[in-house]
Amino acid sequence: MRTQMLKFAACALAVLAFAGISFAQVTEYQEEQNLGMEAHADHLTGHAKSAAMNYRRYCAGCHGVLGDGEGENAVWIDPKPRNFTLATFKCRSTPSGTLPTDEDLFNTIGRGLEASNMPSWNPLSSQQRIDLIAYVKHFSDRWKTEKPGPPIEIPTEPEVTADRIKAGQVVFQKLECWKCHGVEGRANGPSADTLTDDQNRPIKPFNFHDQTRFKCGSTDRDLYRIFMTGLDGTPMPSFADNVKPEEAWDLVFYLRTLQPMHTKEKEIAKQLGLKPINPNAPAPASAPAPQPQTNDTKPQ
Amino acid sequence: MKKQLLFKAILALSAALILSAAWMVSQRSVKAAPPSESSITGTVKLEGTPPHQRPIDMSKEPSCAAVHKANPVTTENVVVGTDGGLKNVVVYLSEGWSGPETAVSSGPNWDQHGCQYIPHVMGLDVNQHFKVTNSDPTSHNIHPMPKPGGPNHEWNKSQPSGAPPIDTSWPAEEVAIHVKCNIHPWMSGYMVVVKGPYGVSDDSGSFKVEGVPPGNYTLTAWQETYGAQTQKVTVAAGKPATANFTFKAK
Repeated sequence: MRTQMLKFAACALAVLAFAGISFAQVTEYQEEQNLGMEAHADHLTGHAKSAAMNYRRYCAGCHGVLGDGEGENAVWIDPKPRNFTLATFKCRSTPSGTLPTDEDLFNTIGRGLEASNMPSWNPLSSQQRIDLIAYVKHFSDRWKTEKPGPPIEIPTEPEVTADRIKAGQVVFQKLECWKCHGVEGRANGPSADTLTDDQNRPIKPFNFHDQTRFKCGSTDRDLYRIFMTGLDGTPMPSFADNVKPEEAWDLVFYLRTLQPMHTKEKEIAKQLGLKPINPNAPAPASAPAPQPQTNDTKPQ
Repeated sequence: MKKQLLFKAILALSAALILSAAWMVSQRSVKAAPPSESSITGTVKLEGTPPHQRPIDMSKEPSCAAVHKANPVTTENVVVGTDGGLKNVVVYLSEGWSGPETAVSSGPNWDQHGCQYIPHVMGLDVNQHFKVTNSDPTSHNIHPMPKPGGPNHEWNKSQPSGAPPIDTSWPAEEVAIHVKCNIHPWMSGYMVVVKGPYGVSDDSGSFKVEGVPPGNYTLTAWQETYGAQTQKVTVAAGKPATANFTFKAK
């Protein structure tokens, strides 16, 4: 009786062990498949397989070996490292809810993320960086079933004028940017303290007086892109559906008047004696049509 | 030679005619009345004392506070109406449905009014289009948060006052997708995406799931605070079935 029981147990164990091995083989096979992931940007082709060593060396400390954002440093970091298995990214040129382009990710890794622990990885070669992008993509199956959204079009930047800055302020009030960012852009709007990210962790709005650079870049085009596409995973929505390109540029110029460094826009605002918006005044029905460029209000 | 060509042309034309006629007939038969569809009706009740619903302070958004001046609003985690009827429960066929994913054709509307979502809970079919509208004089951001890493993806769009509706849909089943507005943190609602027919309980807790062919089904009732309950239901041809649910207050 006893030997029979033992035999049965041995059999069961063997079956379990075999199942375990075959399961491990399946996942290993899958991992092998996933490591076939590629990334393309700047005429470069990245291969996930080539980035395995660099990922472990430079990225896993925060983003975790499994790409789940649970690296050993993650507990000490705020904002938290990105969880690549979810494939939700802040810095995109694509509509809210869609995957970013490889180029977006390539730019992010090169630039680093302002006001976070993510540094610029430009010290790595561009080939190493594009390989790492392929590696980042291999953590989520979403890259196999979906294509990145169509990148938004950013028209050529117009000349900054006093009228455009004034119009930008009207857009700032109409879109109620101040509800979070504050009437002066000091991140102290009425909703600022209640904001949480998609993991329900507290998150602060951007303080325009604090930083010269934004989360996803520092140029006027970057600023344009940020509010048009929104930052997925955060409270910052996409405004692309309701802001015309002209208005968007006006808003870019107005936002530049709020920043700490010297800007052309700030100079013009000073000459205009531009006051912060009054949120209690009735919101203007619509932004005035952009005026033809007048050069007389421009500083010399 | 010419004659042969003409003959060929006539042959091709007649073939095309026959094919198109056949296609039209087949389309007609699809559109014909479905075989004796029935429905499932019932009531959802709450047993016990419903949890206290906190009043919502909308003083940070005066235009919305004004809407509710006469009738102060509370949270809507558990809404109990007449005779203990539980409102906002989505009842759907979780097993047994073999028809198309999108059984309901007309798209429902998800409105933002008085800084609240109307309806608070909305049933949807997979790929069923719906509209998001803003009737408030203030901006909202619509931020549905499906399960991270799942087949539905989070998005976040601003909708200023007077902006055109957003028309969209969900590609996969999900019970349920929480929707919030980051500008007004008290705003909370759910979209319940299922395959096939569904019903949402009204003030008295009554629901009706229409367009159910005869067969055996598992019926699931989902409530945002109490979760899901299931029961087996058999639907006979032309005879509405009945199913009642009772949730217990915790």
